[in-house]
Amino acid sequence: MRTDVLVIGGGPAGLAAAISAKKNGADVLLIERESRLGGILKQCIHDGFGLVRFQEKLSGPEYAERFIEEFHNLKIPAMVQTFVTDLKKTEEGFLATVVNAKGVETIEAKSMVLATGCRERTAKQVFIHGTRPAGVFTAGTAQHFINLMGELPTKRCVILGSGDIGLIMARRLTLEGAEVVGVYEVKPTPSGLTRNIHQCLHDYDIPLYLSHTVTRVFGHDRLTGVEVAKVDDHMRPIAGTEQRIDCDALILSVGLIPENELSERLGVQLDPRTKGPKCDASLMTSVPGVFSCGNALHVNDLVDYVSESGETAGAGAAAYAAAEKKSQRALVPMEAGDGCLYIVPQALDLGADNSGTTIYFRSRNIVEKSIFRIRSGDRVIFEKKYPFLRPPEMEKLTVDLSSLTAADSLTAEVEVV
Amino acid sequence: MQVTTEDSGEITVTGNSCKRGEKFARQELTDPRRTICSTVATAFRDVPVVPCRVSAEIPKDMIFPVMKEINRARVTKRIGRGEIIIPNVLGIGADIICTSDILKSGEEN
Repeated sequence: MRTDVLVIGGGPAGLAAAISAKKNGADVLLIERESRLGGILKQCIHDGFGLVRFQEKLSGPEYAERFIEEFHNLKIPAMVQTFVTDLKKTEEGFLATVVNAKGVETIEAKSMVLATGCRERTAKQVFIHGTRPAGVFTAGTAQHFINLMGELPTKRCVILGSGDIGLIMARRLTLEGAEVVGVYEVKPTPSGLTRNIHQCLHDYDIPLYLSHTVTRVFGHDRLTGVEVAKVDDHMRPIAGTEQRIDCDALILSVGLIPENELSERLGVQLDPRTKGPKCDASLMTSVPGVFSCGNALHVNDLVDYVSESGETAGAGAAAYAAAEKKSQRALVPMEAGDGCLYIVPQALDLGADNSGTTIYFRSRNIVEKSIFRIRSGDRVIFEKKYPFLRPPEMEKLTVDLSSLTAADSLTAEVEVV
Repeated sequence: MQVTTEDSGEITVTGNSCKRGEKFARQELTDPRRTICSTVATAFRDVPVVPCRVSAEIPKDMIFPVMKEINRARVTKRIGRGEIIIPNVLGIGADIICTSDILKSGEEN
């Protein structure tokens, strides 16, 4: 099989990328490993999606289905329950090997969009000691049980981590009659959005314990309890503060990691800060013709920006597929400097139109009145004042960077004033 | 954002960054409202639950009574997104509506 643009992943990023590539004149094929399109939004039944894009508070399925309908109206082919087992660069473009119920197949494509989303950090990655009983779930797994299978996986639980999915699940479990003893966060500040702290915890009187962690789990076949403790400034448990809590489940909301196994196979360079590919403003990675978007690129807090990055990547992939001669990029690097946790894109192509470049960034710390600045050496290229910045809340900007020259090397920083 | 309530009941809102902030603060103090989202059981094995939400914000103290109604309901037709599952739930002026076409996609399989 042959196509211009091959999109891997049928969540909000992949759907937007496929729609955008198609509208830009490309032949598109989308591959999804699950049986239905929509990605994680299928199980995110809470509302609040689409505020930026549609000025509406939609639930996850409602938001996803708007894109799925447009995708089908454009008659874009999708292969569902199909898994990519190999990706290779060839002379002409790319060769993907996929497997599904019909067998093994290869697909030739001129360009690729990797929209593989992110994965939850598991218990193995946060070093929880003790036995290995049933009842330790990631928040996403608990969400799958309740919202798709209609099963309540706990009657009384502790939530470790204050990521957004954990907060959403604290409310969801409470609504369904389970008792959430508390949300324990190892850091001195919450990881999730402020609006979720209010609407999910405060509204339901669920306590949030900052600078606390789970140090042990108890139980043989099923979890019977956990031990929590306060932590010091270096996030080490403080002896003597341990407390045992009886519960039948421990729900983890301890972070999301962009999924880039396929990108790495193609030799795509990753940014250690975002853990996603390093991209230029068209969201092309270090490998020409390979584009990245959504949570595979960097973990977003709003789906609206996931769709937006999908559209950018899809348009880029369509243009790349259509170009007769592949022009060499003249890349100017852009790095996250002081006070800046990360910045996307990580480079700019001097050959591209940089007059309206979209930039996403997060501040490293919770700060009041600050200036976000992009500079090249001592030359200030862009500045913007913010009344406050918080790491859980990503900022988006459109910046005119058309004055760049080959001599530039950009640094983005956040300075408290 | 700062909100002060005088003995007379007059509410003053300061420090809000937009007009919606003032409106929200007044509403929150006099009649706090929320939307809730949940799932309703179905009669179909391929889709055991279907997502739903209230069609309008409901008083905060009605959240758990409404949840009880949602958990009592059962969807027996392959309804689609936007269709009403419980009209005017508990007489509070909001419907419980289906938020996905998942039951319809199940039909084809």
